[in-house]
Amino acid sequence: MALQAGVLGADFKEATLEEKSFGPDAATIRLNVNGKNQSLSVEPRTTLAAALRDHLKLTGTKVVCDRGACSACTVWVDGKPMNSCLMLAVEAVGKKITTIEGLATESSLHPVQQAFIDHDASQCGFCTPGMIMTATHLLQNNPKPSLDEVKIALRGNLCRCGTQPNVFKATLAAAEKM
Amino acid sequence: MPFGVPGHNLGEVEREIPANEPPAWPINEKLKHVGRPVRRYDALAKVTGKAKFTADVQLPGMLYAKFFNATTPSAKILSIDTSKAEALEGVYAIHILKDDQGNYSEVKYVGQPIGAVAAVSLEVAEEAASKVSIEYQYEKFVIDAEEALKPESPIVHRAKVEVKADGGDVGVVHDAATTKGNVVGPTTGSFYGGPRGDIEAGFKSANVIVEHTYRTQVQTHVPLETHGVVVDWKPGSMTVYASTQSTVSFRDELSEYFEIPKSEVRVISEYTGGGFGAKHSAGIYGPMAALLSKKTGRPVWLMHDRKEEHVSQGNRPNSIQYLKIGAKKNGELTAIQQKSHGTAGVSLGAGVGNIAQVMYECPNFTTEQYDVYTNGGPGAAWRAPGNVQGAFALEQAIDELAHKLGMDPLAYRDLIDKSEIRKIERKQGAEKFGWSRRTAPGTGKGAIKKGFGVAQASWPRFVTLDSSAEVRLLQGGGVEIRSSVQDIGTGTKTVLAQVVAEELGIEVEQVTVLIGDTYFPVGPASGGSVVTGSITPPARNAAYKAKLELLEQVAIKLKSKAENLEIRDSKIIDKTDPAKAMNFKEALTGMRTSQIIAVASRSDDYGGFEQPWGLAYGHLGSVQFAEISVDTETGFIKVDKIVAAHSCGRPINIAQVQSQINGGIIQGISYALYEYRSMDKATGFMMNANVDQYKMPYSMEIPEIETIVIEDYAGRSSTDAYGIGEPANIATAVAVANAVYNAIGVRIYELPITPDKVLKALKKI
Repeated sequence: MALQAGVLGADFKEATLEEKSFGPDAATIRLNVNGKNQSLSVEPRTTLAAALRDHLKLTGTKVVCDRGACSACTVWVDGKPMNSCLMLAVEAVGKKITTIEGLATESSLHPVQQAFIDHDASQCGFCTPGMIMTATHLLQNNPKPSLDEVKIALRGNLCRCGTQPNVFKATLAAAEKM
Repeated sequence: MPFGVPGHNLGEVEREIPANEPPAWPINEKLKHVGRPVRRYDALAKVTGKAKFTADVQLPGMLYAKFFNATTPSAKILSIDTSKAEALEGVYAIHILKDDQGNYSEVKYVGQPIGAVAAVSLEVAEEAASKVSIEYQYEKFVIDAEEALKPESPIVHRAKVEVKADGGDVGVVHDAATTKGNVVGPTTGSFYGGPRGDIEAGFKSANVIVEHTYRTQVQTHVPLETHGVVVDWKPGSMTVYASTQSTVSFRDELSEYFEIPKSEVRVISEYTGGGFGAKHSAGIYGPMAALLSKKTGRPVWLMHDRKEEHVSQGNRPNSIQYLKIGAKKNGELTAIQQKSHGTAGVSLGAGVGNIAQVMYECPNFTTEQYDVYTNGGPGAAWRAPGNVQGAFALEQAIDELAHKLGMDPLAYRDLIDKSEIRKIERKQGAEKFGWSRRTAPGTGKGAIKKGFGVAQASWPRFVTLDSSAEVRLLQGGGVEIRSSVQDIGTGTKTVLAQVVAEELGIEVEQVTVLIGDTYFPVGPASGGSVVTGSITPPARNAAYKAKLELLEQVAIKLKSKAENLEIRDSKIIDKTDPAKAMNFKEALTGMRTSQIIAVASRSDDYGGFEQPWGLAYGHLGSVQFAEISVDTETGFIKVDKIVAAHSCGRPINIAQVQSQINGGIIQGISYALYEYRSMDKATGFMMNANVDQYKMPYSMEIPEIETIVIEDYAGRSSTDAYGIGEPANIATAVAVANAVYNAIGVRIYELPITPDKVLKALKKI
């Protein structure tokens, strides 16, 4: 079965800033988010989640547990789903970041987003971006998953409203359409 | 008006409909939008990340705030040193809570908010909060409810206090006036009355008696968006973005706290990331953010962190329930006696509801429900407050009675349950579930044993009379529905759009829903399953009034009479002369003025209320079936399947009803098997105040769920609709518990049913 890779922590090499010393004060870094380079001034302790939300105003990425246990903050880093609360913004320099805001094009939704609408897979909606980022990554790597494979891929995503049955349905339905 | 259940006993009932309310709708089958699985109004915003929750609000110049909290369960605060925090670059203000006399608040539990810091970023605010040092004079404390009952126990509230149950608690009436030591009560009745009959005589006439003490745990709500607020207090106008289940009570609390007119406080809640009962009040965080905003002259963002959410932002109280039920040989119930203790920490609300009082007819009934104060975080309402705990005991006892009487538990309920709707639910549910697969308790072969259980529930039909909606038709195009009611994920926006579209004869997509804002007419709180029953009738009635005004204008142009006009598929047609017609859009364009505004409020139910404040007649009934597998070597339980049969009057959006039922079930499974607040009795700290150690269901624990939603018409209002949030959550845990008994042949009387309890029951450890 295709296990979801890399969720719990970065497997990147250290010193992604090319050995430049950094901090404790804020410094300017450049992040590539949703295909666009953006400069921002962050402290070394700023997480990728905080950089996206507070600095780049991309608040679609949610912070729920702030310790890698709920996957609400899932973004893709070089195509891999990552908990952005467990990664520092400075670690993401030189990587390609994709957030929920980068999934749809101007003219159309991603099929997974459409399937989430069609199958009522959001209730309060707070876990939804993370669910979609995880489910979409699964389908990119395993275009025709079984129900069990969908469950395994989403096993780290917490939902308290109980959308999971419809999230499974939506993911399987999106696979049919992709 | 339609009355009864289609396909079963559908008939009609005559009702006097108030003059300004529309004629009765037929059953859903004959309607265009109502009853259909119309797509969630705000789904697009949610799947694209564009939905702005309170936590996402960012205003120019906004500061981030962070609480600092008590680190001991009982103490007087001698001094607080904030100098190191203040010295930190980027700190703008610190506020410390004090009572009316200017003294520090007494510390009553670990995690109690003491004060908060506002700073330029959340990182700086967190660092500053960690640098505040508090000097305590430590006092004795008690964490465990059973310890707190003892006469020698430390007293939690030493001074006389005014403690009320949480605003969302609609279970039982609580009164702090009867406090002895840490014990408050008993409450001996509910809004359905007090004790009845002669309990002693009842038990004397019984042939079979079941008598046990049942225990349920403290559970914390864990809404994914924590309690929080962004406050922008400018002179004469406070704007508040709140993650709340009630914009109105949030506004009222702030207005009262600061002694400013309600008109100067505007509370907005466009998206709320879950609440489940815990988010009715402005708490301490609302006033705190306002004070910091006032001090700094800037907007202040103050969201509780995950740990605080577990510790100080509400929980479902525990229960220790003694329940004794007597029955005759023929199964007839003769007496029900209930006595419960529970702790909502420093607050009240730990009753076991009214389910034992109302679900089965029984001539002799008494209840004594006690609240016990402990040095723990305050409880809060949670989906069907009290009744979830009460059902765990009642429905296991009924199951056990059935076995003692040699009857099938489902057939036994057919015998003693007078509810017509649950009878239908039991029949349809049993067929879908395959109840006939069930074998005698503990007779399965092999290490992994299958279990099948059933349980049922009851929830009152509550209505909030203080519910108004406004419909606006805009010249040139545009239909709006406005109310302060909020959508916490239940789908309120969608049902309002459906009801207005149905009444106006237009498409759902043509309706703009503007809710979650106290600038709009007062709507109900999202609690007690009151919303749909309270706000959809005024929404329909307002749409009806606006429609009449529009048709008057159109009638002049078409040279028809307004009463001959109807709107269907966005077209206005004269029923007596179909040649006279006009598009809805054209009608709006030709309006005499720029807008037509109509406001309507919730009237009494057409058949009256059982209690004048808004307790409607009749109960919402539900029946749930659980199929589980118990590994008798590890004690591990897996829920394989749940079949849930429910009714909520006229369902407005069948997909959203099913979604909410899914949620009630999944939370119920979690209550049955996984979650509990683990407290360190030696220090008063919650030991699993996070998401990784506080176990909840993730995808691997989600069973197959099938729902049955039964239309149940009663001619009560212009929509005849009721909510589903609470009923969905009541029966699941005890259905699982009954399935555990069926699997292993031993009953477990305490939640959660973790592997150690299963192995102990099997005498393997």
